[in-house]
Amino acid sequence: MNEWLLIGLMALVTYLPRYIPIALAGRVTLPSILESALDFVPIAVLTAIIAQAALVSGGGVDLSMSNFHALAAMAAFLTALLTRHLFATIAVGLLCFAALRLLF
Amino acid sequence: MQEQARQVWMGALETLPLVIAAFPFGIVFGALAHTTGLSFAGALGMSAIVFAGSSQFIAITLIASATVLPVIVMTVFIVNLRQMLYSANLMHQVETWPQPVRAVLAFWLTDETFAVVSDRISRHPGEPGLRWFYLGSALFMYSFWLISTVLGFTLGEQIPGLANWGLDVAMIVAFIGIVVPSLRQRADWACATVAFFTALMTHDWPHQTGLLFASLLAIAVGMLVSEKGSAHE
Repeated sequence: MNEWLLIGLMALVTYLPRYIPIALAGRVTLPSILESALDFVPIAVLTAIIAQAALVSGGGVDLSMSNFHALAAMAAFLTALLTRHLFATIAVGLLCFAALRLLF
Repeated sequence: MQEQARQVWMGALETLPLVIAAFPFGIVFGALAHTTGLSFAGALGMSAIVFAGSSQFIAITLIASATVLPVIVMTVFIVNLRQMLYSANLMHQVETWPQPVRAVLAFWLTDETFAVVSDRISRHPGEPGLRWFYLGSALFMYSFWLISTVLGFTLGEQIPGLANWGLDVAMIVAFIGIVVPSLRQRADWACATVAFFTALMTHDWPHQTGLLFASLLAIAVGMLVSEKGSAHE
């Protein structure tokens, strides 16, 4: 496979979705129902990514105690609920993961 | 000028936790790219020209399983549709920006920079200097993504199996740190809950379409709940 052809095409299909709506801003007015839908975008998309990244492994949903990603995510979730602090959340999540890897 | 520099600095500063979280992710990408047989220039070029973590991961995973080029490009496109939602979300803010500024800044629209920028918008609506704040966030993410790619590729040559250390956990906890504090109303929690369980149920859909479906369904539920809430008031 041609590496640079792939990279060029990937760049194109990555850039266009990023640019097109921003490019049209001011010229196109979105219907208000779409506007309120966009408010939920960060929560919806990021939560969906988190769910799959933390709990899906090896082609299936892994709810076992040996899923360290999920345990670290749970620790991060509790920290975020209590502190609402980004840095603390990341620190606790990573420390928890590192501890699990070292101990088990 | 001083104010602009301050905004660039603020943007970088607020992105710092996310840069730290993305760094190991970049290292894993570099290492995987090496294992997959991508050249050094190809790995660095992909980070420099495409600059989209999840797309890059998916691409090299598909290369490793000998997927044909059109399927890889199609998958990357579908995965990137979420960034189209981000871009649409920013439409109001960029109305006054000249088109070249938009064209350049759009290139750096990642999960991380969007999270930081939309957080600033919700905390300080209408405050000027957003484009400089965005630039600071973007350049910080970009430079460290390139550095981590190089580091990962080089380390990957020396430490086989680096890609299996689970370093991607940093991205998960960072996203949790972004999302949870933004859950304020009942509608937000409803949206997150639906996104979470739907994403799990649709994880085996092709080309990550489950991610997109889960997001759209969650947005719809969030809207319904907030509609119902405002009808009661």
